[in-house]
Amino acid sequence: MSAAADSPGAGRYIGRGLPRPGARRLLAGRGRYTDDVVLPRMLHAAFLRSPYAHARLGVIDVSAAAAMPGVHRVLTGADFEPLCTPWVGTLSHFKGMRSAPQRPLPTDKVVWAGQPVVMVIAETRAQAEDALEVIAVAFEELDAVVDLDAARAPESPVIDAGAPDNVLFRTRIEAGSTASAFAGAEIVSVDLRFGRHTAVTMEPRAVLADFDPSEARLTVHQSTQTPYQFQDLYARHFGLSEARVRVIAPDVGGSFGMKLHLYHEDMAVVGASLLLKRPVKFTADRMEAFASDIHARDHRVRARLAVGPDGTLRAIEVDDVTGVGPFSAYPRTSAVEGNQVVRLIGAPYRLTDYRADLTVVAQNKVQMSQYRAVGHPIACAVTERLVDLAADRLGLDPFEIRRRNYVTDDMYPHTTPSGYRFEKLSLATCLEKLHALMDYPALCAEQAALRAKGIHRGIGIATYVEITNPTPAFYGVGGAHISAQDGCVLKLTPAGEVSCAISITEQGQGSEAIIGQIVAEGLGVDRDHVRVLTGDTETTPSGGATWACRGAGIGGETALQASRKLKARILEIAAAILQAEPGTLDIRDDAVTDADGMPRMTLREVANLAYYRSDLLPPDVSPALTVAHHFAPRGYPFAFTNGIHGSLVEVDVETGFVTILKHWVVEDCGRVINPLLVDEQIRGGVVQGLGAAFFEECRYGETGQLLNGSMSDYLVPMACEMPDIVIAHVETPTLDTELGAKGCGEAGTAASSGAALNAVNDALRPLGAGISQLPMTPERILRALDVI
Amino acid sequence: MSTPQSLSLTVNGTPVRHFVEPRLSLADFLRGDLGLTGTHLGCETGACGACIVNLDGQPVHACLMLAVQADGLRVDTVEGLSEAGTLADLQAAFHARNALQCGFCTPGILVVAHDCLGAWAASGTVPSREVIRDALSGNYCRCTGYEAIVDAIESVAKARAGRSDPQPGREAAI
Repeated sequence: MSAAADSPGAGRYIGRGLPRPGARRLLAGRGRYTDDVVLPRMLHAAFLRSPYAHARLGVIDVSAAAAMPGVHRVLTGADFEPLCTPWVGTLSHFKGMRSAPQRPLPTDKVVWAGQPVVMVIAETRAQAEDALEVIAVAFEELDAVVDLDAARAPESPVIDAGAPDNVLFRTRIEAGSTASAFAGAEIVSVDLRFGRHTAVTMEPRAVLADFDPSEARLTVHQSTQTPYQFQDLYARHFGLSEARVRVIAPDVGGSFGMKLHLYHEDMAVVGASLLLKRPVKFTADRMEAFASDIHARDHRVRARLAVGPDGTLRAIEVDDVTGVGPFSAYPRTSAVEGNQVVRLIGAPYRLTDYRADLTVVAQNKVQMSQYRAVGHPIACAVTERLVDLAADRLGLDPFEIRRRNYVTDDMYPHTTPSGYRFEKLSLATCLEKLHALMDYPALCAEQAALRAKGIHRGIGIATYVEITNPTPAFYGVGGAHISAQDGCVLKLTPAGEVSCAISITEQGQGSEAIIGQIVAEGLGVDRDHVRVLTGDTETTPSGGATWACRGAGIGGETALQASRKLKARILEIAAAILQAEPGTLDIRDDAVTDADGMPRMTLREVANLAYYRSDLLPPDVSPALTVAHHFAPRGYPFAFTNGIHGSLVEVDVETGFVTILKHWVVEDCGRVINPLLVDEQIRGGVVQGLGAAFFEECRYGETGQLLNGSMSDYLVPMACEMPDIVIAHVETPTLDTELGAKGCGEAGTAASSGAALNAVNDALRPLGAGISQLPMTPERILRALDVI
Repeated sequence: MSTPQSLSLTVNGTPVRHFVEPRLSLADFLRGDLGLTGTHLGCETGACGACIVNLDGQPVHACLMLAVQADGLRVDTVEGLSEAGTLADLQAAFHARNALQCGFCTPGILVVAHDCLGAWAASGTVPSREVIRDALSGNYCRCTGYEAIVDAIESVAKARAGRSDPQPGREAAI
């Protein structure tokens, strides 16, 4: 197999696996990440962090620190009170949700180990860190809330003194009557635990705030996915004019959802720049990243599935408890992941009845919030583990039980018991394609032959349904200032080239590349003549940016429609000059042509004329060659995608080590704009999911201390542990847009851990063992085998 | 601790003389004092490999060395190796195969891959995919899942060995 083939329906650019133009700059070491930005009179911040998971704050003595060489200011919580209004991580559509108000630095108590408490601003980072050494803080340690179940116990300490307990949010979904569906059915159940893990972006978080008091202008350079969201937050919470707040996201060294949440350090850095009237920079080091970047997952899910004797899946009951840290994250909350877990469980199947309970619990740990594939890996693993257990109970093959129970092609549009509406999925097509791609019968034969030799291989599959292209149903309806639309400003320059400023952002996935392809095809120009600008609130129109798999589907459609608009403008001007009807003209290869493709004038000639000789245009023809266009999805609330993963593993029953031999993905993200980039999104996503399956876990001690907060102790997948990943595509375009694209960023992560879980259990099954906790470490596998 | 000391070295072929604090790391010196921001800091503990540069032709973690330890030595960063054309075929293969996403780990990976390719060429071997994966065991990449990086390095190794593989791709293999 070679690298990605072009999409079967490829156009001039759309559907082609073209390399990213912007990658050359990064390959030459010419990337410009936030920490690379240096401004005149820039100061550096460092934070003293709480060593305790839960403690009351006493006297903070900063006098010695303030006198240290190079130190300009030492700030504590009280310094920010007049500057910055507090924030609360709730949304109104999560009824009854609550969370304690947050401020840049605490004034009364600390709620997780690693929470920033005191900020030093100095000439250099080293001097700021020197000064941290001589700060004295009187902490009065309190009992910490650590364990997920203990946090809900009546005798548990309560983190938020104003609250009755540690439950931040609770919801129930009920459709039909599970009680009657379970009566007389075969019942299989799981009690699955999903560890906390974290994004570990290669570039840690970084923020550089530059306040200019002469115009009350704030410019923030920040490693983030969502500059518009931060523009709104900084303006609102610091009482600044939004038009005078500029947020620039330069090159971003990985984000995966982690860098779209507000962090206390962000607000402290902005506040410090306001106070000192100078640029202030903070770049998290890796230890700080582990102790303060959002963590993800942390669920205990108990679920059971009712299946008829003929293998018909009937109903699922779920109880998901998730620990989210001391408060809910802002502005997207820490309830979205659990909400998606309980709404996505069972999604691919024809269930008649469903009931799910979600409990979101506070603990004295780092805040938990949205990270790549929010909720999907949990929902997928729970569902697909249950389905495999049902297959095993009834003696059915894992492919067969899925074949019998998927939502079928004649059922669309289909509404799940949890209320999600699917326009069209390709579940059965993907299943059969995976069967062939894996050569499943041969794998099973090989597995049986090796088993006879004492080699324990496992084969696992896992179906996913993925939420992409969200409308305001996601955040806007809950009151969040998070846009679901995108904007694009498209300009034909005087030289006849194209400049495209768009509100989606780039973190390496290739947003700029695909927008360039779409605009070039939409306009009829060479892609090399399209320059795409992203990531700056002052030079691009406001919009949603890049998250939740919305960039290609919503941003791409915006760009396509904008290119149609600019094309119409160009043709109107050309028609006036050529004394033709615009409808009889087209644009191909950077020239205005007749309908049959005969070139009439180049775009350079049109642009030259409009910019420099507008006197030659008829008075009723505008010379404007800049268009602005916004697009928001108006059809289905979300464009759901689907796909299926296959995993082949080998378990060493002596050591508990698992070798991941191979991984397959068949995915359907609708119209594929660039198969090279889609494949690499999938592969990267798969490996993050395999990290969660086998390696990654933020481990905590009894007192709420993070025990493995370094790159040496927290394991992420390395090249030598990862398999080659085979990918195939099915394309079911959404009819809600002309482009037809859905998202693909979560597809790899959504199901790779579920497939691996099923594969390891398949290997362990003949030994009478099973595992129900991620990550599946050697120790846990040996415990499952009763070896230790 | 903080009295600056004289430091003389050659960086990307150019003699450099600076006064630096003894505690300043080589990585911070390259990035902060010389503006060579292609050298990235991902962990500052020698685990992630993003800061790897060549010191007298050998890859080292610039985060684990003090700048003063490089006195009298030659340092080559991704910027210098790029401008000299040393990495041109590797960079072209990475680009064609999309063997990078955010690009933060890429400079360190290029330096390591270049060193390994030299060793493989010297020994007259063409590395297997497993050997390439092992060679990258000191480099974290969080975006790509590694396969495209392995593909790109493999295609360069084959091309340099005279077994041209103009379309960076590969045969399916477990």
